Amino acid sequence: MIYILQQALNALQLGSIYALIALGYTMVYGILTMINFAHGDLFMVGAFFCFLIAVYLKLSFVPTLLLSMLGVASLGVIIERFAYKPLRNAPRVSAIITALGVGLFLENFTLALSPYPQHIPTLINSTTWNLGGVSVSSLQIIIIVLSLALMFILDFIVQRTKVGMAMRAISWDKTIVPLMGVPVNKIISLTFAIGTGLGGAAGVMYGLAYPVIDPYMGIMVGWKAFISAVVGGIGNIRGAMIGGFILGSVEIMVAAFLPSTYRDVVSFALLLILLIFRPYGILGKPHPQKV
Amino acid sequence: MTALKKIYQSLITKWQAITEYRFFLPAFFIVGLLFCIVVSCFDLMDQYIQLILMYIGINIILTVSLNLINGYMGEFSVGHAGFMAIGAYIASLLTIGVFPQSSGSFFFPLAVLAGGIGAALIGFLVAIPSFKTRGDYLAIVTLAFGMIVKSIIENIDAIGGPRGLLGMDKLSTLPWVFFWTALSVWIIRNLVYSNFGRGVLSIREDEIASDLMSVNTRQVKVIVFVVSSFFAGIAGGLFAHVLQYINPRMFDIIKSTDILIMVYLGGIGSIAGSILGAVIYTVLLEVLRPLGVWRMVFMPLMLVLLMIYRPRGIMGLRESRLFTPISDLLSMKFHRQKKEADNASS
Repeated sequence: MIYILQQALNALQLGSIYALIALGYTMVYGILTMINFAHGDLFMVGAFFCFLIAVYLKLSFVPTLLLSMLGVASLGVIIERFAYKPLRNAPRVSAIITALGVGLFLENFTLALSPYPQHIPTLINSTTWNLGGVSVSSLQIIIIVLSLALMFILDFIVQRTKVGMAMRAISWDKTIVPLMGVPVNKIISLTFAIGTGLGGAAGVMYGLAYPVIDPYMGIMVGWKAFISAVVGGIGNIRGAMIGGFILGSVEIMVAAFLPSTYRDVVSFALLLILLIFRPYGILGKPHPQKV
Repeated sequence: MTALKKIYQSLITKWQAITEYRFFLPAFFIVGLLFCIVVSCFDLMDQYIQLILMYIGINIILTVSLNLINGYMGEFSVGHAGFMAIGAYIASLLTIGVFPQSSGSFFFPLAVLAGGIGAALIGFLVAIPSFKTRGDYLAIVTLAFGMIVKSIIENIDAIGGPRGLLGMDKLSTLPWVFFWTALSVWIIRNLVYSNFGRGVLSIREDEIASDLMSVNTRQVKVIVFVVSSFFAGIAGGLFAHVLQYINPRMFDIIKSTDILIMVYLGGIGSIAGSILGAVIYTVLLEVLRPLGVWRMVFMPLMLVLLMIYRPRGIMGLRESRLFTPISDLLSMKFHRQKKEADNASS
């Protein structure tokens, strides 16, 4: 029982990181119907920003997190402006291939600058408490609470503010909304900034939880976060959060009870089974094709 | 300038004459095969260049077959490396374990074929549930499939697990690679221009309309997917016997991305484009080797620029005269002449 509780805590930690990244995928998909395959690599860039700031500027945790989020968000906006915007009216596949290309570029550029895995210094002096046999570290608590807080802020922005209303409107109908005086380009840039900023925050937290970072770490984590977004129903923000936690728990539980090499097989097989029964994810709605 | 234009014009007319000549492609095939046999028997070429040529051939097979799904059918599959892995493992296990080592070269085509058939069977299993809905669904399923294949191979210790598999003889020679490449290009080209292929194209243009025109879209999609995975398996078998060593990490998502890049670089829906894309990508990667890590920085940058300025790739949706059927060429010529005659009379 205690073992399961312990693993549940780990699942919550991993799941909140997946959920933060999945939010970036799902926001961009919702507004542009484009899969931003470079998102996992932006997550990696976030971890590297955290490394640079922590080592060279020697800042503490909160400024490091904020600066990394800011850096990744501006990178995301730049990528959107120069790589995706010219393709907004091109065939959808060209945009996807461009995203793959941008992702490869980020990976290899980081690899060229830093060929060896780097080690992030400890920013938080983690203390471990023992709650009835379950060991809880303050780092885990910080990661879980911070990601939940970020998700609630995002949910508030999207559901309650004017900007969020504009985002939802654009994802509803892209041709009418500009006629209503909504500055579409600004809203899309803002969506990219928020989505990639969350990815950057996830990168910082991942870097603190698993301190060895390398340029290819974004691939696997990114694809898994994408799958979480699909499980929750891509384009749906609350779905992405749920999907992230589901995938995190499945992975941790598989690793806890089976040999850990089966982790990927089981989680992807579960994805396929889920998609057979609910092709649009848990919270996604089917959108029938109109003639 | 005018002289250059004249030369260009005369070359164009010569090229048109060549492509209208029925026996050009078979003749090219025979000459090429003989050339490859001579080169590999008497070792006329540098081993390194032969190796590059073989890689180009294998990449052409992969690109043309993926173009069938992504270009001609307009779906988005990202798990091609998974099928390649299945073909590579089946073919290598056959040549190592089943067929007698001494006469391996006689059984090699059988092994490659078996690899292709194995990949096609798995492709069939993947295809049945994948085409329930349209859109990004196939991308997600094939993505998960690629990762599952890699993880399963890593977990089977009998075939080497994560350590990989070695002990194959170097059975892929230049003539064999040329033969399989020509065969797959020929089959896929004929498939595209057949009655069935028109159905495939109609799915890309408008699925609902083609359904109404009595194309059995579900069945067509499954067949195309199976054919494509068959050729990916063949390429995998050849690849394993060029390298003589395979491990599951070779067939991960990065390999699939490579194939996708070749398809979209060359242009969707074009066999000549696929060949161009595979050749350019493979050669560029080798030529830029002195740049070290930075070549992997420039390649994606080039891809992004290409996509921004030419979103359809080099040959997107256009076909070289070499691969268009003679009847199409003649009717095009007829219409052009008729138009010219109309213009002259009016």
